[in-house]
Amino acid sequence: MTIPVTIRIQDADFDIADEIARLSEGRTDIGAVVSFTGICRGSDGGEDIAALTLEHYPGMAETEIKRHAEQALSRWPLQGLTIIHRFGRIMPGQNIVLVVTASAHRQAAFEAAEFLMDYLKTSAPFWKREEGAGGTAWVEARAHDDSAAARWTKS
Amino acid sequence: MKVKYFAWVRERIGKAEETLDPPPGVRTVADLIAWLAGRGESYAYAFETPRVIRAAIDHTHVRPEATIAGAREIAFFPPMTGG
Repeated sequence: MTIPVTIRIQDADFDIADEIARLSEGRTDIGAVVSFTGICRGSDGGEDIAALTLEHYPGMAETEIKRHAEQALSRWPLQGLTIIHRFGRIMPGQNIVLVVTASAHRQAAFEAAEFLMDYLKTSAPFWKREEGAGGTAWVEARAHDDSAAARWTKS
Repeated sequence: MKVKYFAWVRERIGKAEETLDPPPGVRTVADLIAWLAGRGESYAYAFETPRVIRAAIDHTHVRPEATIAGAREIAFFPPMTGG
């Protein structure tokens, strides 16, 4: 049986409960579903954020996410996978990204979700620009995100 | 070849994409960055710190030493900040 994989790059919001239900409905082989949702914060380092604008590279964003989804599928015994990444202007409190992993047991679902998020942060071609009181500024990449992704290449 | 720019690289250059025909001596991604940086003030500003610039050839991440031969589309952008 083929594993249901959904990858969407969209400006519209998503419904987390709907996405989880779509992955698990009618299935009795799934014992664990893990979901991660990335949400726009209202402040960063004490500075208020009015909104985020996410720019992306159409075509490459899909290709890059698909590549990491395939790696996750080959590395963990997953029974379903959904990745949604939004672009455009996003207000504090609104969703940015969703990763849902389904497996027979929790460990694979937890690990695959974390692996995918670590790689989405450092390899998927998206760039955040913050709108604050002092104008707009591109968000700088954090070294912590690179080391989080690098740990999956060890062992 | 088509060259695309994203985020602050795009803003500094002032355009999202263009079609370029670099001279034969431009063989690698690093060569292309150096050649682009010499095309004017806005390009020099965009590529002033080459080590922070990331590149992709035909939708795949590549390193500065990658050859550009046969590339249809090359993109330049800052480190990614999605997720």
